[in-house]
Amino acid sequence: MTDIIKKSAKEINQLFLKKEVSAKEIVDSFYKQIEKVEPKIDALTSITKDLAYKQAENLDKKIAGNEKLSSIAGVPIIIKEVICVQGYPATCSSKILENFIAPYESTVTAKLWEAGAICLGKSNMDEFAMGSSTENSAFKKTKNPWNLKAVPGGSSGGSAASVSAFEAPVSLGSDTGGSVRQPASFCGVVGLKPTYGRVSRFGLIAFASSLDQIGPFARNVYDTALVLQHISGYEPRDSTSLKVDVPDYINKLNLNAIKGKIIGLIKELMTEGLDSEVKAQIEKSVKIFKDLGAEVIEISLPNVKYAVPVYYIIATAEASANLARYDGVKYGYRAGDTKEILSMYTKTRKEGFGAEVKRRIMLGTYALSSGYYDAYYKKAQQVRKLVTQDFLNSFEEVDLLISPTCPTTAFEIGSKVDDPLAMYLNDIATIPASLAGLPGISLPCGFDKGGLPIGLQIIAPALGEELLLDAAYAFEKVYAIGDKVPQGVI
Amino acid sequence: MITKEQVEHVAKLARLSLTEEEKELYSKQLSEILDYIDQLNEVKTEGIEPMTQPIPTVNVMREDIVKKQYNRDEMLKNAPHEEYGFFRVPKIGE
Repeated sequence: MTDIIKKSAKEINQLFLKKEVSAKEIVDSFYKQIEKVEPKIDALTSITKDLAYKQAENLDKKIAGNEKLSSIAGVPIIIKEVICVQGYPATCSSKILENFIAPYESTVTAKLWEAGAICLGKSNMDEFAMGSSTENSAFKKTKNPWNLKAVPGGSSGGSAASVSAFEAPVSLGSDTGGSVRQPASFCGVVGLKPTYGRVSRFGLIAFASSLDQIGPFARNVYDTALVLQHISGYEPRDSTSLKVDVPDYINKLNLNAIKGKIIGLIKELMTEGLDSEVKAQIEKSVKIFKDLGAEVIEISLPNVKYAVPVYYIIATAEASANLARYDGVKYGYRAGDTKEILSMYTKTRKEGFGAEVKRRIMLGTYALSSGYYDAYYKKAQQVRKLVTQDFLNSFEEVDLLISPTCPTTAFEIGSKVDDPLAMYLNDIATIPASLAGLPGISLPCGFDKGGLPIGLQIIAPALGEELLLDAAYAFEKVYAIGDKVPQGVI
Repeated sequence: MITKEQVEHVAKLARLSLTEEEKELYSKQLSEILDYIDQLNEVKTEGIEPMTQPIPTVNVMREDIVKKQYNRDEMLKNAPHEEYGFFRVPKIGE
């Protein structure tokens, strides 16, 4: 069963439930592919073979005993390094957590293992999820499977690249300002950021708490919905998780739901700095939605243009507070040769954090410091409100919003590392929905002349994941990457 | 413009020690980023309630019951320096 790696999560689950393939065979196949492509793409920070084979053995026993198993049983998954899997490293791709072993299980992974998903490994990321290229990892540079000289996007670059390169059918990432959607766009896969509160973040190491959300990657919309189904729901250990029922995302996927719906193309995200090839594909996508029976109108969200500056105050301010815990006392790295407490803190943090993390801690600390709080932090929170209000107003007129996921396709490794501002502007189209806490999905909608994937973003009202997935599902039936796969990895 | 002295002050607040090169670099880069952020001043925000998070804020309360959720030895395994079941740190104060 060597081509099991090419199958979708849904197909793998069905083959497993029909006893046509064992969980052990599934795991063997994927580790074979990982051994083959990992030297080229460097998507993973650790391989959890002990756990995977233990889980597979357990599943094979259950299936032999004719136990009823779930819709994700037997499906291998890769987990971003920022999410805790008990007994395995959760380094956040940072030197400061290099030796940190998660002492407990995150809620999302606990749910997945309970449902019979199999953990293949942990994936590389920008340090503490800060970045748009995965170049800020302290350990390795992940490459884009479509072009090994290009970045995979970030911060969940390892999770996106691994699914694109068939190392797993699905993976988990986290999205604070676009860290699932942007790498999904760059790697030609589907990536979903659920509504803020849809998924429990217990066991997700915090970056910016009013924005962070866990989301899935997959190579098709059904598999994305499948993972969302199994990770969603209220959980008391994350007091921001919402006490609302989880709908049936997978069995109710509806190809016709988009008919008669109104879709708004965000005007402000179709102008400044948008690559002409990306623009052309988004225009083609508009036509696809029209052919599917939706009405597409252009709509203005005037404050969206302020989303990037708002984000880089709010996210850095929250990060400066969240990352204060890395002081060399309770866990992680501690600098040697310090005789008093203050120099232990400052030296530990100097040696443990990378350049981008320090830059953001500095920016966030500045924005919160005495004399600047009102001018920066409070101002940013007020403009955040206006951005959110723009979304709420737009949803009076339209059912969904669309835009490019990114203004460009994947850029060359090293091309933006010395220009933080240029890197930040990459997230211009994904940040707005993050500020408003809305669900957004990126799905492939074409390729540029260089053969790099282009992503289409769809945004829905809060808890509107069903229509979001329906729209993506219908779109995918018209345009899908299909047989096109990254060269050299399959 | 963020001066080198301001960088030093912020680094002290953030408990970061920086090299001379980092101070120069962050002075330049943070100035550029803040110049970009200053476009927020174009936006009229009088009377706008600051937004702290995307969902309506309600205090989440739970029963105040002591639970033993984690094993002390397990949690101490990640400590860079532990002794007698405690986190060991350098001397604090005289």
